Amino acid sequence: MNVSDLGISGPKGQPLPRPPFLKRFFDSVLISVAIYAIIVGLIAYGSFVGAQSMGYNWQWYRVPQFLYRNTEIGFEWGQIPIGLVATIKLSVISFLLATAIGLLIALLRLSGLVIGSAVAVGFLELIRNIPLLVLLYLFYYVLGPIFGFDRYTASILTLAVFHSALISEIFRAGINAVHTGQWEAAKSIGMSPFQAYRYIILPQSVRFMLPPMTGEVVHLIKSSAIVSVIAVAELTTFGRNIISDTYMSFEIWFTIALVYLVVTLILSIGVSHLEKKYAVDQQN
Amino acid sequence: MNQATPMIEVTNLDKYYGAFHALKDIDLTVHQGEKVVICGPSGSGKSTLIRCFNGLEWHNSGRLVIDGIEVYDGAKEIRELRQEVGMVFQQFNLFPHLTVLENLTIGPMKVRRISKAQAEETARKYLERVHIPEQADKYPSQLSGGQQQRVAIARSLCMETRIMLFDEPTSALDPEMINEVLDVMVELADTGMTMVVVTHEMGFARKVADTMVFMEAGRIVEISPPEQFFTNPSSERCRLFLDQILAH
Ligand SMILES: Nc1ncnc2c1ncn2[C@@H]1O[C@H](COP(=O)(O)OP(=O)(O)OP(=O)(O)O)[C@@H](O)[C@H]1O
Ligand SMILES: [Mg+2]
Repeated sequence: MNVSDLGISGPKGQPLPRPPFLKRFFDSVLISVAIYAIIVGLIAYGSFVGAQSMGYNWQWYRVPQFLYRNTEIGFEWGQIPIGLVATIKLSVISFLLATAIGLLIALLRLSGLVIGSAVAVGFLELIRNIPLLVLLYLFYYVLGPIFGFDRYTASILTLAVFHSALISEIFRAGINAVHTGQWEAAKSIGMSPFQAYRYIILPQSVRFMLPPMTGEVVHLIKSSAIVSVIAVAELTTFGRNIISDTYMSFEIWFTIALVYLVVTLILSIGVSHLEKKYAVDQQN
Repeated sequence: MNQATPMIEVTNLDKYYGAFHALKDIDLTVHQGEKVVICGPSGSGKSTLIRCFNGLEWHNSGRLVIDGIEVYDGAKEIRELRQEVGMVFQQFNLFPHLTVLENLTIGPMKVRRISKAQAEETARKYLERVHIPEQADKYPSQLSGGQQQRVAIARSLCMETRIMLFDEPTSALDPEMINEVLDVMVELADTGMTMVVVTHEMGFARKVADTMVFMEAGRIVEISPPEQFFTNPSSERCRLFLDQILAH
């Protein structure tokens, strides 16, 4: 799901060429929302009819208790929000680590050192060609016992390493997008390569990196669901637990999917605002 | 003039880009306070030569000594050297994410480790010197080309450089802005700065240059004082070139 599908396309979004009338028609927020609603409605209707023919017993009224509860001792968050917080925490930690590793790999690759770029390219090829699930098993069943870390650490490392490969490419592209004249100007006032990156190059790359980075965060939040296979406490795992207790698989999976959708949408919209602000700040 | 200390000494310098021989057997000495103007057809190696002077390019053989520091690929002193040698680029290369004032203070603060207050004081002094003190808080993209180039000059001056290199500083400017930049450069020349300027502005050259250099195909073809250079150049190629650009 991408924000631009809702007609909130960013200033740098490059839509495919379309005839002006159709373009205006599809770019209007109202039309986009309507189309979106129709599609969602059709899917909902389809599954409702399908479930009906299966003789599925809908029990939506039992879902709210997994969102929140008002007990004698007062208000209490349900399993789903607790799982969401765990997912966000897992994603944030993994993302920070992935960013650090990704930056390191990108700098190694751009360093011009033969060893540096060999290490970086080797790492990228390795990670890019192993399925995420297999990587998770490697960390949990193989590296975990060897180095003595638990399933939570294994999950964080898996997500961080997997996404660091993608993030390093974003950094590399962002750094390369800064004009070489900036390097020369930084060097010619005596800056070290570190200072040039820190004060001149990276601040300018941020502008190029924001959109793909957002995509990467969304991607990471979604792929974090995979750690439910080793029963790490997070949204998807909680969903599975609720279903094994209640057998309401349709209602719960719909709800969980919606929660992921809402979170990633909020993120995308937030960043597209940030992006506009950045563009104004830099005056170009 | 020739009694002064040599600031740039080039001997038998050669430079290759892969198999391409970009600089051929260059010999040149620039003394303290001397103004050298380099001209020559496009692709003759003017930029390459002055980019060697602050380590943006490395020569492959021969000797290059700047302000007593021997320059070679991997020289440890290269960063100290760059603080001594300022460079003004054709495309200005200001830092677009920083204000004018920040453009001027970031070098002194981060590289020379001068306090912010002191760096700003110096920056304002040099903005005054290039006649745009009122633009301190703007971003580069809000300035005209001429103003941007003057900020670039001030940025180099803020490093308290001893040598200034200019690579066609006015050729990216609209004609009406060329003079405001050249005026600043003339004033700078009057302060006794050592300057090496690649330019085709012959009016400026006549006014300021102590030595004229003409390059072609990677070689220095002619080195002479301006009086001789403009009236009676020894090489036919140089004469033709001058006829061509002075005809404009
Ligand atoms: N990075 C590079 N790699 C390969 N060849 C290069 C490189 N930089 C310059 N050259 C070549 O070296 C020669 C000299 O280039 P240089 O930029 O020094 O010329 P110039 O005299 O400054 O020309 P102009 O007046 O167009 O700026 C040119 O033929 C150019 O194509
Ligand atoms: Mg040039």
